[in-house]
Amino acid sequence: MSAFGESLWLALRSVLRSGLRSTLTVLGILIGIAAVVTVVALGESAREQVTAQIQSLGSNLIYVFNGEGEGQSRRGERAGHRLTVQDAEAIRREVPGLRGITVYSSTTTQVVSDFETASVDVVGADQDYATVRGYAIESGRDLSRSEVEAKAKVCLIGASAAEKLFGKNDPVGYSVRIGRHRFEIIGLLSRKGQSPFGSDQDNRLVMPIGGWHARVLPGHERRVDIIIASAPDSASVAGLRDQMDQVMLEQHRIGSTGKRDFRLLTQDSFRKSEEEIYQVLSLVLISVAAISLFVGGVGVMNIMLVNVTERRREIGTRLAVGARQQDIRWQFLAEAITLTCLGGVAGLGLAIGGLRLLERQLGWTLSLPLTAVAAALGTSVALGIAFGFWPAQRAARLDPIEALRYE
Amino acid sequence: MARASSAQPTSGGTPRAPRALRLLGNGEAGQSSSPPLIELSGVCKNYTTGPEVVRALIDVDLRIGVGEFVAVIGASGSGKSTLMNILGCLDRPSSGEYLLGGISVGSRSIDERALVRNRMLGFIFQGFNLLPRTTALENVELPLVYRGLSRKQRRRMALEALGQVGLLGRALHRPNELSGGQQQRVAIARALVTRPPLLLADEPTGNLDSKTTGEVMDLLERLVEEERITLVLVTHEDEIAERAQRVLTVRDGRIERDVQNRAPPPAPRPAESLESGR
Repeated sequence: MSAFGESLWLALRSVLRSGLRSTLTVLGILIGIAAVVTVVALGESAREQVTAQIQSLGSNLIYVFNGEGEGQSRRGERAGHRLTVQDAEAIRREVPGLRGITVYSSTTTQVVSDFETASVDVVGADQDYATVRGYAIESGRDLSRSEVEAKAKVCLIGASAAEKLFGKNDPVGYSVRIGRHRFEIIGLLSRKGQSPFGSDQDNRLVMPIGGWHARVLPGHERRVDIIIASAPDSASVAGLRDQMDQVMLEQHRIGSTGKRDFRLLTQDSFRKSEEEIYQVLSLVLISVAAISLFVGGVGVMNIMLVNVTERRREIGTRLAVGARQQDIRWQFLAEAITLTCLGGVAGLGLAIGGLRLLERQLGWTLSLPLTAVAAALGTSVALGIAFGFWPAQRAARLDPIEALRYE
Repeated sequence: MARASSAQPTSGGTPRAPRALRLLGNGEAGQSSSPPLIELSGVCKNYTTGPEVVRALIDVDLRIGVGEFVAVIGASGSGKSTLMNILGCLDRPSSGEYLLGGISVGSRSIDERALVRNRMLGFIFQGFNLLPRTTALENVELPLVYRGLSRKQRRRMALEALGQVGLLGRALHRPNELSGGQQQRVAIARALVTRPPLLLADEPTGNLDSKTTGEVMDLLERLVEEERITLVLVTHEDEIAERAQRVLTVRDGRIERDVQNRAPPPAPRPAESLESGR
């Protein structure tokens, strides 16, 4: 309807005329809307990203960590390296339902090839490592049981490490040097990307744990960081976890009342903690949004009240020439809505910029879903109505005689 | 939220223009050959300030015919502003009846009075009351906006009204780019644009120098004569009051004197003159 569009156009002009004042007023709205959009956009994208990253760890994994602390502090306490290769062997023996099990110890060190030197995560593990973690063998072959038992000087190489050390050449058949030891590369692992903890899962060498203990980190009491097992399907995870717990208690000679010196975690619990992080982030952003939207809304109300007072003569004139109360009310409501919508659109712009930045930081692809845009505009309009109604009502209720008398 | 266009019924259920004008035209053309445009009978206005009741208007009877030019004079506090507010449907009488063009308008609702102001009245203020930062043309269009006319129609009528006051060349100027006299002429065009039967002017030359005062008064007189518009004008300047056909002196809430300076205009034909515009 033309009258509708026209009052919006009038409102826009009126708002734009007081440029600086309007800008300052909508700052709160701008920040609030930006936060709302970010929350919605993150909500839609982050879940998918986190799920995909957790799945990249492997499937139906059960972890045994050192100590009682959170499983995610990968280094554990220095004194608390209680896990041993024998623990893993015992679990392998006594929990036959597992699809695979491997120890895992890692350190970052300089690795030298015929072409380059690079800093690479060097992992000590078992022959099941690639299976458990869900790496495919891109070229060459996997570690064999006999190589692991013999502490053979062979290794698998991740895609990033291969790129750094060998460029475009197929690394299989070459060797690398760590310290004074040479290791033959027997297999190239498929690419996995980033882990949920933010590390590159492809910048690594994987070698038999015995060799790792002897040649990469000698003198570290045969340290084992994690034991990782893989269940055949999600239904069997809980049962296998309990069996593993039982074996670990026996291995470490801990009675039913004793204090565990290890900690069992399943892949699901990572998902939960990732979701908790996400929820905390959302909560923070939503609080920021709520506070700044409220403050922004009060600012809009304030400026509209000032507007109504300053423009009493105008209101009186309009009433004199035949404006009805509802005409005046709508005029000022439209101005408030225009104000908040300008803030909303600017906030949307800020959010889009912010999301691009987050994308680069997190390495995620964040789409701006239509729901976020709708939420931004819907919130803006709702704010305009909520905080603009009272000033508009005051304007509409002015006595024309009083309003005309105002200088 | 959209405004009703001229053909649609208002909240009161009365179609906006047609009914009002029809009633106006067929008004109780009773007693004389020249039915009054304004007819106040026994109008009182009381204000309550704390325990005191101020009687601003006391039992006022007044008739003003179509095409009359009436000046209202009186000291401040005499009640002339209250009288003008009631004539302008900005205020309602505490008691008594106000017939405008034969329609009782005294006790109408807020929205109905807005309708009467839009259809039948034009206001001219001492301070011009133009919207700042808005062109002369848009200022003149303002009453038509509240009539729900299309932009094109508004533009045409507003340009016509600006032509009547000799300001076509200034249509796109803003008030701060116009002289005082020009601003008041824009305001007169705004009052005229709806073709109202009654113009109410409150000290229209109060902010103008003597030369522009003359110009504005000439324009108003011409409108009264050529357009057969009724003009009620509040002033405190004798020279201006002398130009009126009739001078009302208000004092202590009553019309103390009602003097005919010159003969009233020849017998009007209200229905025709009112409907010629719209």
